[in-house]
Amino acid sequence: MANVLPDLRYTREHEWAKKEGGRIRVGITAYAQEQLGDVVFVELPKVGAKLTAHQAFGVVESVKAVSDLFAPISGEVADANAELGQKPETVNQDPYGKGWMLVVSPSNAKEWEQLLTAAQYEEFLAQGAH
Amino acid sequence: MDTSLKRTPLFSAHLQAGARMVPFGGWEMPVQYRGIIEEHRTVRAAVGCFDVSHMGEFEIEGPGALATLQRLTTNDVAALEIGQVQYSLLCRADGGIVDDLTLYRLAEDRYLMVVNAGNIDKDWTHVTTAVPADGARWRNVSDATGLIAVQGPKAEALVGRLADQDVTRIGYYRFAHGKVGGVAALISRTGYTGEDGFELYVAAGETERLWKALLDGGRADGVAPIGLGARDTLRLEMRYALYGNDIDDTTNPLEAGLGWVVKPAKGDFLGRAAIEAMRAKGPARKLVGLEMADRSVARHGYPVVKDGAPTGIVTSGTFGPSVERSIALAYVATAHGAVGAELGVEIRGQAKPARVVKTPFHPPKVKKG
Repeated sequence: MANVLPDLRYTREHEWAKKEGGRIRVGITAYAQEQLGDVVFVELPKVGAKLTAHQAFGVVESVKAVSDLFAPISGEVADANAELGQKPETVNQDPYGKGWMLVVSPSNAKEWEQLLTAAQYEEFLAQGAH
Repeated sequence: MDTSLKRTPLFSAHLQAGARMVPFGGWEMPVQYRGIIEEHRTVRAAVGCFDVSHMGEFEIEGPGALATLQRLTTNDVAALEIGQVQYSLLCRADGGIVDDLTLYRLAEDRYLMVVNAGNIDKDWTHVTTAVPADGARWRNVSDATGLIAVQGPKAEALVGRLADQDVTRIGYYRFAHGKVGGVAALISRTGYTGEDGFELYVAAGETERLWKALLDGGRADGVAPIGLGARDTLRLEMRYALYGNDIDDTTNPLEAGLGWVVKPAKGDFLGRAAIEAMRAKGPARKLVGLEMADRSVARHGYPVVKDGAPTGIVTSGTFGPSVERSIALAYVATAHGAVGAELGVEIRGQAKPARVVKTPFHPPKVKKG
């Protein structure tokens, strides 16, 4: 079973969300990067872009597949990980750390509570969901 | 997992090795073991073993074999010596490609045709019905045959150590009969990676014994099992066509840049008139190599544009681990296909800059002569 961190929240599309003060850091889970295989390109929105929860905000390309990235939460992009442009493989190497994708200023704090807890996400994975 | 998928004799060995299995051409095959890029680099730098037992093998034997093959395939079978291999095509009357293949001349009147896994049934119907095999008999030996490709700069050392003969004497696109790791094999100096190497044809029941002998015997060489994912990135850097992606029933050999295996001077064959008609007026489109300006991947079916107007379609694309950029093959209008032409590939509604480049994308290192 892929690594799931206890203090994060998750989506059924395998993004993680982490509270950092009033902001939310976003990336994809260890399970997601394993399923994708070698990541070769990540396309992210610019700082200032508006996100809507459950809507695609970017894409991640692996050698074999392209996959949409879905916003865990609505808000405005406060920061995007520019290093992934040069080193997309960081997403494979450190999905919860240096492989982060966005920092979002949320516009609707209630959405946080709708995200899966670590226990719920682990159960979702155990059910064999893709 | 879908139980209608066929499995090779190495299925259990792949699971034990931690492979991720995927459906491919009706088969359940390993797409990767440790990661596509790492496996790709293993083949370019050392040596890798591929299970390609899913490929199809047909034998034809008899005094009429040569004439039958001359009518069915585009290359000149009369030029093929015993012990030699030839790349060739099966075409329809309209010039569309039924399959690409390698043809082995086993004896005076006996040949082995190796075809793509996903086309075995279609090809079998084609070869046995499109041309009457007067004085020759076809045998489908696909299920009885296992096939392992050993590819990379250390392939010769590895196979040589395990073989009962001096494999350095086997030239490119030549083969010999012998034993490797104690297993009777047809030892063929061919491959689909652009590296030196061999393809070893064995009895299906012996495939696993050979697989283990190669992986055990090659530890010091850094040998590893390689999945279909890296097989695709390796072949694409070489611009080798993949049936179903770059060529199919609707593509003509001349458009695909495969005119070098079409030999109209040998006499009539299926598709000859249509191919020669296209040669006379020149193909309207051609398969070219593209290099993307950024790392986004141009995938099969993405539109190619010139100054905003459609000019073609991507047939294969990937991130090339050796060339370290995003590369693709695409059919484009001949007028827009010159090396250096600036085109675009529509990726998620945006025309991403792409340039027509010379192929192969990466220099081949196959054995010369």
